Amino acid sequence: MPANPQISALRAQIARIESGGKRARGVLPFGIEAVDAKVPGGGLALGALHEVAGGANGAVHGAAAALFAAGIAARTSGQVLWCVTRRDLFAPSLAQAGLHPDRVIYAEVGDEKAVLACMEEGLRHGGLSAVVGELARLPMVASRRLQLCAEESGTIALAIRRWRRMTEAADFGQPTASVTRWRVTALPSEPLPVPGIGRARWLVELIRARAGDCADFELGACDDAGRLGLPAKLADRSAPAQPRRIGAAA
Amino acid sequence: MAVAKAQALLAGLDVRDADPAGDDAALDRLAVWALRRYSPIVAADPPDGLRLDMTGAAHLLGGEEAFTADLARRLADSGIMARIAVAPTYGAAHGLARFGSSASVIVQDQDLEASLARLPVMALRLNASTTDALRPLGVDTVGDLAAMPRAPLTLRFGPDVGRRLDQAYGRAAEPCDLVEAPELVRVRRAFAEPIAAPETLARYTGKLVVQLCEALETKGLGARRLDLLFTRIDNRVEAIRAGTARPLRDGMRMTRLLCDRIETVAPGFGIELMTLTASVAEPLDYRSAASSLIEPAAPDLSELVDTLANRMAHGRLYRCAPTQSEVPERSVREIAPLAPPVGAAWPADWPRPARLLDPPAPVEAMALLPDHPPASFTWGGVRRRVKRADGPERIFGEWWVRDGELSAVRDYFQIEDEAGERFWLFRRGDGEDPNTGDHRWYLHGIFA
Repeated sequence: MPANPQISALRAQIARIESGGKRARGVLPFGIEAVDAKVPGGGLALGALHEVAGGANGAVHGAAAALFAAGIAARTSGQVLWCVTRRDLFAPSLAQAGLHPDRVIYAEVGDEKAVLACMEEGLRHGGLSAVVGELARLPMVASRRLQLCAEESGTIALAIRRWRRMTEAADFGQPTASVTRWRVTALPSEPLPVPGIGRARWLVELIRARAGDCADFELGACDDAGRLGLPAKLADRSAPAQPRRIGAAA
Repeated sequence: MAVAKAQALLAGLDVRDADPAGDDAALDRLAVWALRRYSPIVAADPPDGLRLDMTGAAHLLGGEEAFTADLARRLADSGIMARIAVAPTYGAAHGLARFGSSASVIVQDQDLEASLARLPVMALRLNASTTDALRPLGVDTVGDLAAMPRAPLTLRFGPDVGRRLDQAYGRAAEPCDLVEAPELVRVRRAFAEPIAAPETLARYTGKLVVQLCEALETKGLGARRLDLLFTRIDNRVEAIRAGTARPLRDGMRMTRLLCDRIETVAPGFGIELMTLTASVAEPLDYRSAASSLIEPAAPDLSELVDTLANRMAHGRLYRCAPTQSEVPERSVREIAPLAPPVGAAWPADWPRPARLLDPPAPVEAMALLPDHPPASFTWGGVRRRVKRADGPERIFGEWWVRDGELSAVRDYFQIEDEAGERFWLFRRGDGEDPNTGDHRWYLHGIFA
């Protein structure tokens, strides 16, 4: 991005005002140039609230959104608090996205208010590396509270937005205090030369980013270390983002 | 019945002298056990009862049903046949436990009158002569008695009938002698003038905690469970119980745990006595504080776990660990949030879905037998054409868990539809032998 020094100076000044004099917490890069270039700061801001929702049917089951969040949490180091109201999250899949079961403490609570309270408590503690909560409603005030707690402790907060019905998913347009807002939709998997299912692919949309532009990417789903990948056809065309395993084994 | 007659009826009858003092002592021991395990307010109810105030303590065991189930199981394990009743008033619970229809009954506020009305008059703890005198009057149940005018009743039977009725319906208070365990660390503070404001309660809680920490330190103990009792001037006792994941002797954290729930205390006309007990305590050694010479230790999460666990009214806090089972719904077990790291994870050979449906949803599917993935399936009224598939992954039933699973088989397929959504379907049975399953299809999970 062509950087105008005056605009960068202004941005830094605004960031200082917004953070209320607290030091910047740094970012958690995705490790994919194409994505990191589009996200302000070059990655997901630590000490901030990020929202993830599923697209299409994913708005109801939120499977891809959960794994996307698990991948982000896996790339931090430390314990993770995962607050849910419904008990349909399958822990082995989180382990396959790189989040070892020893690192996750689940809080299963009765309602969304309790999820918010648990998330806030977890964020305020400061000893966790990430706090994940599954929420249908995220009012402005609640999101602002989460954002402030996250800023204070430097813990990354991830709200998985998940609704009971498809029609309620329109709630995702309501303004919140989150720094970025993502939508993850399942795409047909990478074709294989033989019958079978290849690596899952997602359409990852950055719907909203504070001080940044919207963007969308076609990415490979989280691998066993929580890293997203470029789809093979893109990776073959440009310089590869990471060495392909099949080639390395030959 | 005379002993001789009883012995004649039953050969080998074990006859012993009655030992009321011994019975009372045993009941007291049981009450102390219940105090440690279940509730901060426990009273022995001789000759054969225990009285537990569950308010504010049931959630630590997962709600009232779980509480009673746990209590019944543990009593049964130690050879005690018990009937348990949970009711809004002690009088009602006393009667329901002795004369209720089932061995374990839970009565909510709104059902109190209905369930009381069905009980016999004997359930009211009246003396035998009163009960006998009521029977010729046609009064058999508590409901009949409650419907009678109060003044003639009192004139004929004395004030006891009205008092017991009021106690059962919750219109009159009923103080009791709480059981106390002598070896527990306990501090108390009496007030010349009753206090009621939450801020005042919080301030004195802080002072009591400091005293308790000193007492614990001299014994080298840390508290695993704290009971804060507020005795009101009308002799009712309000309680806060807080549990901790590790032995705790940190005054700040104790105060925070207790003060978190101070709004649940109803001070009424005022509180004249506060008692703080470490009802479960474990040895706690000194530890060296962090130093810059050694690497920073992993952050201590016990404070967070305590806060969350004590605050959640209907929730649970756990970590997942793998088990030695291939059956998906049995492959995860829950362990304590601060249990030592397990290290192992699930085998990563086969993909597992992010959401697991419990129970599996039946779907209509069309597939070639014996081992082809379905060509299409219908779930929730939506037909999905299968574009790609992987499988089968065959999972056998675990005959050592249940006899019925001896020959059971599930064939799992990973399915991708035209839109790219991935599902985890299984067919009961191996596709050939009907003994292995009925060949119906189920949706068990959704992949990301």
